[in-house]
Order: sequence, then structure tokens, then C-alpha cells
Amino acid sequence: MSVESAERVRTLPMTERARLVPRFLAASAVILLAAALLSLSVGPTGITLTSLPRALDAAWFGADDAATARERLVLLDIRLPRTLIGMFVGAALAVAGAMMQGLFRNPLADPGLIGVSAGAALAAVATIVLGNTVLAPFIEPFGIYALPIAAFLGGAVSTTILVSIAGRHGQLAIGTLLLAGIALGALAGALTGLLAFGSDDRELRDLTLWSMGSLGGASWPKVFAVIPFGLLVLVVAPKLIRALNGFLLGEAQAFHLGVNVEKTKRLAILATAASVGAAVAVAGVIGFVGIVVPHVVRIIAGPDHRVVLPGSALLGATLVLMADVFARIVVRPAELPIGIVMAAIGAPVFLHLVLKRGVGGFG
Amino acid sequence: MLQARKATFEVAGKRLVDEADLEISPGRVVSIVGPNGAGKSTLLKLLSGEIHPTDGAILLEGRDLRDVAAGELARRRAVVSQSTVLSFPFTVLEVALLGASVPGFGMRDEAMVGLTVDAIETVGLKGFEERIYTELSGGERQRVHIARALCQLEAPVRPQGEAAALLLDEPTASLDFSHQSIVLGEARRQARLGRAVLVILHDLNLAAAYADEIVLMHRGKVMARGPAHEVLLDELLSEVYGCPVRTNTVPADGIPFVLPYIGA
Repeated sequence: MSVESAERVRTLPMTERARLVPRFLAASAVILLAAALLSLSVGPTGITLTSLPRALDAAWFGADDAATARERLVLLDIRLPRTLIGMFVGAALAVAGAMMQGLFRNPLADPGLIGVSAGAALAAVATIVLGNTVLAPFIEPFGIYALPIAAFLGGAVSTTILVSIAGRHGQLAIGTLLLAGIALGALAGALTGLLAFGSDDRELRDLTLWSMGSLGGASWPKVFAVIPFGLLVLVVAPKLIRALNGFLLGEAQAFHLGVNVEKTKRLAILATAASVGAAVAVAGVIGFVGIVVPHVVRIIAGPDHRVVLPGSALLGATLVLMADVFARIVVRPAELPIGIVMAAIGAPVFLHLVLKRGVGGFG
Repeated sequence: MLQARKATFEVAGKRLVDEADLEISPGRVVSIVGPNGAGKSTLLKLLSGEIHPTDGAILLEGRDLRDVAAGELARRRAVVSQSTVLSFPFTVLEVALLGASVPGFGMRDEAMVGLTVDAIETVGLKGFEERIYTELSGGERQRVHIARALCQLEAPVRPQGEAAALLLDEPTASLDFSHQSIVLGEARRQARLGRAVLVILHDLNLAAAYADEIVLMHRGKVMARGPAHEVLLDELLSEVYGCPVRTNTVPADGIPFVLPYIGA
């Protein structure tokens, strides 16, 4: 990355940033809460949040009429898990993006770049296309969970291959990791294409929709399935904050400052694989979040990971929820795939930011 | 304190450092000099623990450096490398603060900031605290990293008598005359505070003026070690640098100085 483009960047002085940061995080949390309430309130049935007390009452004491039972179903069993999954997916993708950018010291790095998403997608597509034939004996026992499980395993396997290629000499070579990730991603993409080529019309539609991402299939079992991964990232990310700040000066300098370089790399890769694998597993492929959210946070609050990581989590969750709300209402009663919404809203916003401010963090 | 014992570093059959012996001790400034590609920076990387010798050993008070954890190492030595590329827009204060916030140091934030502001002033960058690092000139950036290293030495609470080292790789390369003397004067002050200082210099005259001991390297080997007047010799320097060199002394204080010999 050249230094020239970084020279155009204007960020706030540190003292001002320090004052701004708590407000920024608090405001982000409030906006996220508002987005979550909106997400609970919007849908094709016309049931709104005003029905929530009745729905909760029905959930605890049993419904006394069909209308209340319906409200309970829509609010608590459809929209609530959907909202929670949306928050998880947004936060996971944004934090994974921020961690990758810090690790690779490259503002363009993204989980998509190192092949994790591609590996997860390949496994999911294989499940869709081959699920009724070759793979049926392996897939049938898992029922509707076959797809998420396959996607997560795909992400985990591609990460394992990647780490074993780049870590041959006992150390993870970041350059090799990036290049091997791009190659693996291309390979997974080719195999995915091959599967798509050999699929019938119904399968093709299924996998096209899945590859565009959707929160439509959210359910409580899926919520419970992603909780461990969410917790893993919550535990790992704070441990990485200082290390990632040190990494911004380069691996050698991070080591000079006392950072355990190898451990940091492995933890960050593990957390990325877990969060992205789980996100792809429950919501399909949703691009854009991992790159745009950390940048917006850096432009507002500076590049310190003490702000970038929590800020990205809050803002990522908000962005995905808002995109999902939009996806639900724009072509009612049908739904747009969220990936399309995300690109349509996000790309112009991102371009605007690039043109207006330079990009916070492009160096 | 920090010692290279027959340290050798070999890459693809080429010995970048060849059985080098060197020791730095508290209170002294040692300067490594030598032509380009002599292995100066590689030797400094070996001493910092960034790379490990393929043969021989690097010892920190008798312990092999491989057995010292990154966290402890960070408390015992600070390093300023030749170049650091920073791809995100941190302010000067934030970059220097990284030195004071080494994992595990656990200092309170106000104390850290106070310390860092002092270090920035020490390297002559007072008033630059809120400037964006990526917008600075080469010489200013270099001094930010020296301030960061000073913070790293200053920040930790040490057990009584624990020594620390400051390793500088060409800290004066892009500095003007006055900032060269600010930086090397600070290196001397650190030595007076009890640090072991190692500094790679290209300018033999700066080495003669500021170092207690000069280590002359050539093709990975240590050719000579000692005080300036024992190392800066016409014949030795002419052979190592491959060009005729004349040594003389400053009349007032007897410090040697070196000039290329252009002939009569």
C-alpha cells in the first residue's frame, strides 16, 4: 500500500478521538437497539411491536385465541430469531474483516479474500446439488441442518488447509497465507461453478438464492447453533486488541513490543474461520460487511483496535439488520436476498466515502 | 548483558553473519560500522531475537535468547528498525504510545501519556503529538520510532538492578546535522542511565564521536572491536571499504575523524 493515499486521510486528533469514542460506541449501541426493535416490528403480516406484550403473555401462559397465537409465532418464533441471527452475522463478518485487515496490515483484506467464505460456500453448494444423490446417505440424518453444518465444515476445512500450507516452517507466513487463500478461493469457486453447471433447474435456483444470502431461514435451533461461535469470538477478540495494534507497525515491530506473533496470527485466523463459517452457514454468502464496516469505524474513530473491534461489531450488526428490514419490505410479500440489498445500499455509500474523505486506513 | 557468541546466520548457503562475537553492557554505547551488506542489520536482528542464529548463540545475561518469552524480551530491550511502514493513520502520540503499552506493562493511561509526551519532546518533536504519522517526513518518522523505543524502556517497572538495552539500526540515516546530535546525545544519555546501547551507524565520524566501542564488520565477520583510535585505522578501513581512506584527529579533543582520500 502506498503512503501517498494515506496522506490524504484526515482523522480527528487523538484527544478529540478519546472524547468521542465512548459517545460513538454508546450511539452505535442505541442505533443497534433501534434497528433490532424495527426488525421485530416489520414484516409482511402487518403485526407490529405493539403486539409484543400479548405475544409474550401467550408464550408464558398459553394463547387463548388464534390471533394471539399467530402474533406469538410471528414475533417470538420467526422475527426474534431472525433478528438475533442478523445481529450475529453482521457482527461476526465485520469483526472478522477488521481482524483480517489488522493482521494483514492491508485495508483491503477480508475473510472472503483468504478463501474461508469460498470454502464454506463450496460445501453448501455441494450439499444442495448432491444432497439428493451421491451425498444423500451422509446428509439425510441431519435434515434441515445439513446445509449450515456443511457450510461451517467447509469453512473450517479450508482454513485448516490454508494454515498448513502457510505454516509449513513453523511460522505463519502472512504473504503465503494471502496468496494461498486467493488460490484456494479460486479453486473452491471453480468447483462451485462445476457443481452449478451440473445441477438441475430447481437446484440451480436454490443455490443461486443461497449464494445471495438470506436471513429467511432463521430459527431458534440456528440461534443456539451460532451461540458458541459468537462466544468464541467474544472471548478471543479482546485478547487480540493490543497485539493487532502492534501488528499495524509490522510483524517484527510487534514482536519487539512483546507481542506473541505466532499466537496472535493463529488466534485471529481461528476466530475468523469460526465466525465466518458460522455466518455463512446460517445466512449464506453476504459480502461487503467485512470491508465497509471497519472502514467506516476507522474514519469516524481512528484505527485503534480498542474502538475498531467493538465499533465494527455494533455497526456490522446494525447494517445487516437494516438491510434485512429493507429486504423484507421492498417487494412485499416476497423478500429480496440480503446480499443484493447489501451491495445496492453499501457500494454507493462506500464509494461516497472513498471520494469524499479518502479511505480511513488506506495506506 | 546482551552477547553474541560465535553467532552465525546463514540463508541459502550464504553467511550473512559469520561467527560474530559482540557484547553490549550497561552504561556503554557500542556502534557497529561497516560497508553496505556487511551484516550489520542482520546482527542487530539476531541480538533483538527477531531471528535466531543458525549456529552459535545469542545470550541475555547467560540465558539463550530463544528461551526468553516475547513479553520479557520487550521489557529488556527496545528496537528501532531501519524502516517501518504504517498503513493506518495513527497520530504521532498513538504510535509512540504503542511503546508504553506493551502487553502486560499495565500502566495507567495518564502516566503512559505523560511519559510518551516527554519522550516525544526528547526527540525534538514537541508540538507534533496530534499530527498524523503517515504525513510526516522520513526524519520525523524515524524520531517518532525512537520516542516509541524510549517509552518502551521507560514504561515498565523493573526489579532492582535489571538492565535494559536500546538497539538502534541507523537512527541517523535521514536526519539533519542537529537532529543527528539530538538522537545520538539521547543514546549517550540512555547509557548514562544504565542502558546498554547498540547503534548501527554509517557515518564513521559520528561513531567515533559518540561510541565507547566501535565494531567494524565486513562480509559478515567482525573485523575489529575497540575504542575509536584502535579501529579507525587507515589500512584497515581502506581494505574493508575498498577505497583509500585517511584518518586524522580533531585537534581540540583528540577524537579521530575519517575522510576518503582523494589524492594530492
